[in-house]
Amino acid sequence: MKDAAAIVGIGETPFAKKLDSSEKTLAVRAILAALDDAGIDPSEVDGLSSYTMETTDEVEIAKNIGAGDITFFSQVGYGGGAGPAAVGHLAMAVATGQCRVGVAWRARKRGSGGRPWASDVGQPSAAAQWTRPFGLIRPVDEIAMLTRRYMQEFGATREHLCNVAVAIRAMANRNPNALMYERTLSREEYMSSRWISEPLCLFDNCLETDGALACVVVSAERARDCPHPPAMIHAFAQGLPQQHHTMVNYWCDDPLRGPSWACAARLYERSDIGPGDIRVAQIYDAFTPLVPLSLEGYGFCGRGEGAAFTEGGALELGGRLPINTSGGGLSEAYVHGFNLINEGVRQIRGSSVNPVPDADACLVTAGEGVPTSAMILRR
Amino acid sequence: MSESHLLPPVSGETEPFWEGARRGELRVQRCRDTGRLIFPPRARSPWGRHRPPDWTAVSGRGRIWSFAVPHPPLLPPFSDLAPYNVVIVALEEDETIRLIGNLVARENGAINEVPPDSIEIGAAVRVVFESTRDEIALPRWMLAESLP
Repeated sequence: MKDAAAIVGIGETPFAKKLDSSEKTLAVRAILAALDDAGIDPSEVDGLSSYTMETTDEVEIAKNIGAGDITFFSQVGYGGGAGPAAVGHLAMAVATGQCRVGVAWRARKRGSGGRPWASDVGQPSAAAQWTRPFGLIRPVDEIAMLTRRYMQEFGATREHLCNVAVAIRAMANRNPNALMYERTLSREEYMSSRWISEPLCLFDNCLETDGALACVVVSAERARDCPHPPAMIHAFAQGLPQQHHTMVNYWCDDPLRGPSWACAARLYERSDIGPGDIRVAQIYDAFTPLVPLSLEGYGFCGRGEGAAFTEGGALELGGRLPINTSGGGLSEAYVHGFNLINEGVRQIRGSSVNPVPDADACLVTAGEGVPTSAMILRR
Repeated sequence: MSESHLLPPVSGETEPFWEGARRGELRVQRCRDTGRLIFPPRARSPWGRHRPPDWTAVSGRGRIWSFAVPHPPLLPPFSDLAPYNVVIVALEEDETIRLIGNLVARENGAINEVPPDSIEIGAAVRVVFESTRDEIALPRWMLAESLP
């Protein structure tokens, strides 16, 4: 399926801590904006793909946007692990003829709609009985454990996590659509902010956002007729490694070698583009430590070298590998990483507010720490 | 909101663990084909081919592999205890068997009594059991040097 399909349209709603519209309304709005961007009528849509955590199902989307007969529909699990997979499933479906115009989307009111970790509704995961009774409650607590170990094993410090937070905030400060557009972040503010779960502070955590995003996938051939330069889906992979536990990945041989590693091995196996060829990346950033762990997993540096990689402004515009150029989950919007996909497309189009020169390929990743996915977009 | 969702189930395939805890014994599953320890418990051994895993008592000794110190916002009863510690302990028998728990200064001590700054990865610890409810005993951990 290498370069067989492309993203030709992107759309999104405004982002806010609280939006009045329902998740369904936001989803439909983002999808129609993406189709408009692609110059494709909704009646041509015959493929749909989203997240298992999405609250609006395909039936509702299809009837509200005025889709045609849907012949491919797919959902991917594990929240922030799903983004590139939702798009990748459409690329496979287009490449194999299961659909011709695919739409992927994510709508979420995480800003005003409550915190999943605070809910006692639904079946707790099989692992929860080994963690929650001891006060390991929230995703941030679960990642704090891996972070502390990472610091101890490899000499990573809060300065390295600060590098991530500050670099991504500076991207958002140039993006008028970002929630943190007008809020700068200094190293002093980072270092003096309150703890959430030591060793992670407030600014190590992503935003809580209401919003929705979508993109449109068609064949490479059809993409040539669309108004914007296509972002070719060059390679795509998923990763659920051996003996993995989602978020609480403490029971495998090496917990600091997360799902990124398995995903990256398959991704690059299917790709003509390697980490050495990639000048810009969108790295899933629900928490700052996921960035150094992902940099290692996706081969930008060796194991244990991800923290040091962030030094010297490496992740900033003009650095070795600018990341999350619209502000990511930390500073633009946290919508389970779908904003990373749309920003990857903008880098390929050359329409990013933080354009990276010679960015002819962009890596987009989903969450490290959960069954994950990634894709390489190219011109 | 009920706090019961924060307590482990006392029945099902993990029941032997909690039964052991009530008796002051730390138990984990063992693969009957390879002898390798298994955690968290499951219906089948990922390494064995034929027989379901059985349960075995372990020493209850290990080392702190990592720890976190949660601060609010949290859920009751933890919101009242914060900041407190949560530790991961790697067992002496197999360092890939890692149990989540809390470091306490004394038996039945609170999970927020040990100063977080004093906790060190690699410190030797030993399990103690705290009865929190009629049917549940939670494993906690104490520094080995503080025990007889």
